[in-house]
Amino acid sequence: MTGLLSQATATPPVDGPPALGPAVSRRRGSRRLRYALTVLVFLLPSAVPLTLFVLVPMVAAAGISLTEWNLLRPAEWVGFDNYVRLLTNPETAAIFWHTLYYILGYLPLVYVGGLLIALALNTALRGRTLFRGIYFLPVITSWIVVALVWRWLLNPSNGVVNTVLGFFGIDGPGWWTDPAWAMPSIILASAWKDIGFVMVILLAGLQAIDPELLDAARVDGAGPWRRFFSVTLPLLSPATFFVLVISLINGFQVFDQVYAMTGGGPGGATQVVVQQIYDLTFRYGRAGEASALSWMLFIVILAVTVIQIRGQRRWVNYG
Amino acid sequence: MAETTLTRQRPRTGPRTGPRTRWSARSIILHVVIALGALAMFFPFYWTLITSLSPGTGLSGTPSFFPANPSLDAYLRLFTDVPFARVVGNSLLLAVITTLAQLFTSATAAYVFSRLPFPGRGVVFGIYLATMMIPLQVLVVPLFAQLRTWGLVDTYFGAVLPTLAAAFGVFLLRQAMNQVPVQLDEAASLDGAGHFRIFWGVILPNIRPALATLAVFAFMGSWNSFLWPLVVLRSPEVQTLPVALAGLQGQYTTQWDIVMAGSVISILPMLALYLFAQKYIIQGVANTGLK
Repeated sequence: MTGLLSQATATPPVDGPPALGPAVSRRRGSRRLRYALTVLVFLLPSAVPLTLFVLVPMVAAAGISLTEWNLLRPAEWVGFDNYVRLLTNPETAAIFWHTLYYILGYLPLVYVGGLLIALALNTALRGRTLFRGIYFLPVITSWIVVALVWRWLLNPSNGVVNTVLGFFGIDGPGWWTDPAWAMPSIILASAWKDIGFVMVILLAGLQAIDPELLDAARVDGAGPWRRFFSVTLPLLSPATFFVLVISLINGFQVFDQVYAMTGGGPGGATQVVVQQIYDLTFRYGRAGEASALSWMLFIVILAVTVIQIRGQRRWVNYG
Repeated sequence: MAETTLTRQRPRTGPRTGPRTRWSARSIILHVVIALGALAMFFPFYWTLITSLSPGTGLSGTPSFFPANPSLDAYLRLFTDVPFARVVGNSLLLAVITTLAQLFTSATAAYVFSRLPFPGRGVVFGIYLATMMIPLQVLVVPLFAQLRTWGLVDTYFGAVLPTLAAAFGVFLLRQAMNQVPVQLDEAASLDGAGHFRIFWGVILPNIRPALATLAVFAFMGSWNSFLWPLVVLRSPEVQTLPVALAGLQGQYTTQWDIVMAGSVISILPMLALYLFAQKYIIQGVANTGLK
C-alpha cells in the first residue's frame, strides 16, 4: 500500500512506443510523425480546457492582483499595493484566523469521529453495509442543502436542536445568530457532512491491515489499547495522511456552507478567506485585491501541503 | 432505503469472514451506539422531508415529528412561484454534459499517460496533477472576465466550459488502465489494430468500473457545484439548483417548507444514483487515497 502522492509519480513499465503492427510500418520518419499525431489527438481534448480554464486564469490572476479593478473600468496598475494593503489590514488576520478556527474545530471532530465509526463498522456487525450507506449519505448531498437543513435544525427560536435541548431543561444557544456560536454551528454541519467520507477512507485502510499482525501482538500479550496504538494506528497512517492532506486543502477553501448558513456573519464572526474573496469581487468591486487574496490563499495551501508531504516520512508508515 | 438493495453483494446471513456476531453485552452496546449514530446521520434527511410536507412550517410553533396535515403544497408552489422545472432542467443538462465531457477527456488523456510514452510525459502528468491543487477561488475572477469578453456570462457554455476536463478523472482512469495487462494491447496490435481501436475496443471495456466511478463523481460534482454557477449564471432562467436554493432562502426566509421541498428535489437524483452505484462510489472514494 503506497500513498496517493508517491503513487502519482510511478509510471508503468512501458519501453518505447508499442509496435503499431505491420500495416503501419512503412518509413521510420512518417511512422514517428503518425505516433506524435496520435499522442496529440489523445492529449488535446483535456490539455486545451486545462490550459485555457486553469493555467491561463491562474497566471492572469497574478496579473490582476497587481491592479486596481472593479471588473468594469479598465484595470489600473498599482504594483504590490494590494498585497501591502492586505498584509497591513487587521481584517486579513481575522479572516485567516476564522478559517483556521474552522479547520481546528472541524479536523479533530471529523477524524476521531470517522475513525470510531470505521473501527466499529470493521467488526462483525449486523447490517454494516446499511450503516455504511447511511453514514455516507450526507457526503453525496450538496453543501447548500446541508447548510440550509442545519440552519433550520439549529434555528435558535424553534429549531429542532434547541427544542430537544429544551426537553432536558437546557436553554440552547443562539447558534448562528450568536457570534460566539456561529462558527461552531458551521463546524458541526460540516463534520456531519464529511464524517462518512473520512469513515470510508479509514475503513479501506483498516481492511488492508493484515490480521496476523494483530494476532501476533495479542500472543505477545498486548491488550486492546496497546494493539490499537502500537499496531492499528501506525498501519493506518497512510489513510490518515490522505485524510489530513485533503481535509486541510478543503478546509482552507471553505465557502458554500458559510455562504448559505451565515454569509460571513453575524458581525463578520464567520467571515472566511473565500467569502472575503467573493465579497471583495462581487460586492465591493475590488477584483485586484480579491486576486491578491486568492494568491495568498494559494500560497498558504501550497506551503501547508508541501510541509505535510515533507513531514510524512517521519510518521507515515507505508509497510 | 431498502436493506435488500444495500446488502445484495453479501450473503443474507451477514459477515462470515470475520468472527461471528456474538450477542455479548459489548456487542449489543456497540450495535446500539452505531445505530444511534446512524439515526443522527439520517435524522436531518427525515426532518427535511417532514418539513417539506408540512405547509406553513417555520412561521410558528414548535416542530412536530410527524406532519399534522401532510400536503404537497410546498412542491406545487415551488414549481408555480419559481421557474423550478427550468432550474432542475438546467442542473441536469450541465451535469450530463460535464459527465460525458469528463469521461471523454479523461479517458483519452489517461490512455496517453498509461500507454503512449513521449519525452517529457512525466512532467506533463505532473502539471496535470498540480492543477488539482489550484483552488477554484483563484480562478474565479479571471475566468469570469475571460468569459465576459467572449460574451458567455449567463450562458450554459460559460457554466460548462471550465468543467470539461479535470485532472482527477485523468488520475483515476490512468490508475485503472495501468491495471490492464499490456499483453492485451499487444495481441490486438498483432491483429492490426491501431491505437484508436486498442483504446476503444480493448482498454475502455476493461475499465468499466473506473468509468462508472468517474461518471458518478463528475455528475455529483456538477450537480452539487455552487461557487462557479453562482458567479457565472446570473439570470433566474439559467440558474442551477444549488444557486436557486440559496436564493430561495433569501426570498422566503420564513417559508421553510418551500426551501426544504427544493432540498428534497435536489437530493433525490443523487440518492437514486447512489443506490444504483454505491459499490462503485464507496470503492472509488477508498481507492483515490490508497492501494
